[in-house]
Amino acid sequence: MNWLLVIVGAAVGAPLRYLTDRRVQASHDTVFPWGTFAVNVSACLVLGLVTGAVAAGAASSQVQLLIGTGLCGALSTYSTFSYETLRLAQDGARFFAAANVTASVVAGLGAAFVGASLAQAFWG
Amino acid sequence: MTTEAHAPTVDDDPVSSNPGTGTAIPAQRDGARAAQWPVLAAVSFGGAAGASARYGAALLWPTAGGAFPWTTLVVNAVGCAVIGVFMALITEARSVHRLVRPFFATGVLGGFTTFSTYAVDIQGLVNGGHARTALAGLALTLLAALAAVWATSTLTRRLVAGRRRATAHISGSAGGTGRDEEER
Repeated sequence: MNWLLVIVGAAVGAPLRYLTDRRVQASHDTVFPWGTFAVNVSACLVLGLVTGAVAAGAASSQVQLLIGTGLCGALSTYSTFSYETLRLAQDGARFFAAANVTASVVAGLGAAFVGASLAQAFWG
Repeated sequence: MTTEAHAPTVDDDPVSSNPGTGTAIPAQRDGARAAQWPVLAAVSFGGAAGASARYGAALLWPTAGGAFPWTTLVVNAVGCAVIGVFMALITEARSVHRLVRPFFATGVLGGFTTFSTYAVDIQGLVNGGHARTALAGLALTLLAALAAVWATSTLTRRLVAGRRRATAHISGSAGGTGRDEEER
């Protein structure tokens, strides 16, 4: 049952990342990987919220597996993030590579903190 | 992306060879949209498989509260190492089935690795009063991931280039090495 929750969440999260990335990348002309940035930060916000809700006893561990481990885990990605950073660095866009790392970590962490704070405000 | 001809991005549209689908005539766009379903299914299946592997790793090596997030670090570093190999191979390959990259790179590896757990692990450590462990997790995961993708990507490209040179040398075709000039 637990595995099924993770599988179902991820089966939705992964194509959602693909579609979001394609849509975001089609809507701008810069080399900055805004698509991956967007899905990663969104997933951090939602996971912070869900983890906070579970910690506060407002959500079950099943929700954590479905939305957290499955959906958010598959919506966000470290492999594409690091590969895109490498591509930027090797294509001579060192500034964008560094900016991608800094912005992703800062915004991702910020989103996780905001999500956790929201959970605490709602259910704490 | 200006570099698409050189190396594909992870989430390139494998359906249309023309990346500017936005300018396609409606009939073409409908066709591309219908052809999108197998890609979405491949990404979905791959993502489910990758996430299951990550969940399995978390069950096998659970991280105690306040402890260094080793499991997430290793999962992410392994995923980054594999994508370095995979993207280098697929860039060099002559022809690959169009669902291979969506399934494996976008799906399996994207589902296996996670940025959200990385961030929320760190947030949890900070909130629990383990700022030092949090900072170590933040920096070490990043370093391990970037080092992994760089090392495997560079090594794979070098091996492929070396092999091609050897093949060209054996077959004695001087013109066969022309493509090597494209190597970065």
